[in-house]
Amino acid sequence: MNGLTTTAPAIELTGATKRFRTPSGSLHTAVRDLDLTVAPGEFVAVVGPTGCGKSTALTLVSGLEEPTEGEVRVHGEQVEGINGQVGFVFQQDAVFPWRTVLSNVMAGPRFRGVPVAEARERARDWLARVGLAAFEDRYPHQLSGGMRKRVALAQTFVNDPKILLMDEPFSALDVQTRALMSDQLLDLWAGTGSSVVFVTHDLDEAIALADRVVVMTAGPATVKQVFTVDLPRPRTVEAVRLEPRFVELYREIWASLGEEVRITRERGAGNAA
Amino acid sequence: MPLETTAAPTATAPPVTTRTAARQRAAQKRKFTVYGARAGVLVAFLGLWELCARTEAIDPFNFSQPSRIWAQIWQWVTHGTAQGSLGEQIGYTLYEALTGWVIGVVGGVLLGIALGRIRFLADVFGPYIKVLNAIPRIVLAPIFLIWFGLGPASKVASAVVLVFFPVFFNAFQGAREVDRNLIANARILGADNRRLTLQVVIPAATTWIFTSLHVSFGFALIGAIVGEYIGATKGLGLLVAAAQGTFNAAGVYAAMTILAVVALLTEGLLTFGEKRLFRWKPADSGDGR
Repeated sequence: MNGLTTTAPAIELTGATKRFRTPSGSLHTAVRDLDLTVAPGEFVAVVGPTGCGKSTALTLVSGLEEPTEGEVRVHGEQVEGINGQVGFVFQQDAVFPWRTVLSNVMAGPRFRGVPVAEARERARDWLARVGLAAFEDRYPHQLSGGMRKRVALAQTFVNDPKILLMDEPFSALDVQTRALMSDQLLDLWAGTGSSVVFVTHDLDEAIALADRVVVMTAGPATVKQVFTVDLPRPRTVEAVRLEPRFVELYREIWASLGEEVRITRERGAGNAA
Repeated sequence: MPLETTAAPTATAPPVTTRTAARQRAAQKRKFTVYGARAGVLVAFLGLWELCARTEAIDPFNFSQPSRIWAQIWQWVTHGTAQGSLGEQIGYTLYEALTGWVIGVVGGVLLGIALGRIRFLADVFGPYIKVLNAIPRIVLAPIFLIWFGLGPASKVASAVVLVFFPVFFNAFQGAREVDRNLIANARILGADNRRLTLQVVIPAATTWIFTSLHVSFGFALIGAIVGEYIGATKGLGLLVAAAQGTFNAAGVYAAMTILAVVALLTEGLLTFGEKRLFRWKPADSGDGR
């Protein structure tokens, strides 16, 4: 799939399938025969129609869920339970509402047994990097949605994850905040050398951020096509969007993705009828 | 990112214009009207009662009257009751209710969280707890009297069984309904099961638990009073029973009044504690009244 796999890939899914039992008792296949490889330091965006099972693929990599069939490997090792090298940014707010901003960012290191003083120092450092140094005593409900998302980013990055999984992290934000957050994410990521899997339904976002864009089929999710984004880095979201190559890529990928979106929509209409 | 940081909330007081001032005055006036009306309702009710009793429209022997009740309370305060000083009776009842409440709450929270977190325990004990909950627990008071005697222990026991169940069910529900994202996030961040329970599940369930604490302190008082009413040597419940035994209607009402005051005071303390504990919650918009 790519030429970078001389060492063990950061993430490797082979024939991964995940079925859930629905409340009515029938089996629902969220992910089917998924093959995906992510190289160390690579930024991969996964796009697909809503509800196709993209998020499920992430939970398999994180170890929150086990695959029903197939294999999931991280740095060459089979995933069994939560992996300490993995960071996960959720779609919904997942910061702890009863903790202050600082305490939220300290949570990860503290859970992992880092002494308080060191955890506080690392947390302050990351809070400064996301521009929230002045807000460390606030509670999450006192912050805007964008600021809470930055707390979540700091909370994740403070653990130094080698693998960063992001499940439509910015989908709840308004358009301007989203662009700012994307730029900030690229900044933060640039220094870490970690691999990112970024699930989104926003093709603009996917192309602007990623090295490769993976298009998923309508559910159950499996890889339909992979596109390499050959836009130079460092990028800024607003600028890269205006480049001719961006538009070209957008047209190419949308040709592939649009079909799956149409299928999903027709199915939805069928269910509604 | 600097876009939002510059918008740091600097709370500037709004300029006081004539309109805001007028609105403030109107709000103030409304507040006084509400308080005035409340007092009016109380005065009207007591006055009507007193009037009906004096004109013998209702039998003052059975229904008593506010002035007699007041005289009774005053007599208890100044001369003490037949069982000892009034303070001692209140102290006994509060002691029994509080002890029962604390034991019931601790037991309910611990078991609720444990069953909420550990599926196996919930499956095994679930039906038994349902059965126990189905028993009208107030009928256990006579049994406790036989088991533990006339002293405080039997009252504490009836308070415990009344308090335990609502607290248990709320803690159980609270532990079950913790936001899945919070749990997933904590696990990814590296929390083990123990930390997950202590630092995520319990804080998340406190809202649920506190709702039940309010109701359950009332239950603890009921447990203590009913226990005393059935058989005791001290306490407000005994005061009610003794007054009833001597056909002293004013005594029953007087004890009831004292109970209501005690219950309201403890409730106020609990609300105060709750506000301290829930600083992390957004201010309730319905609280401003």
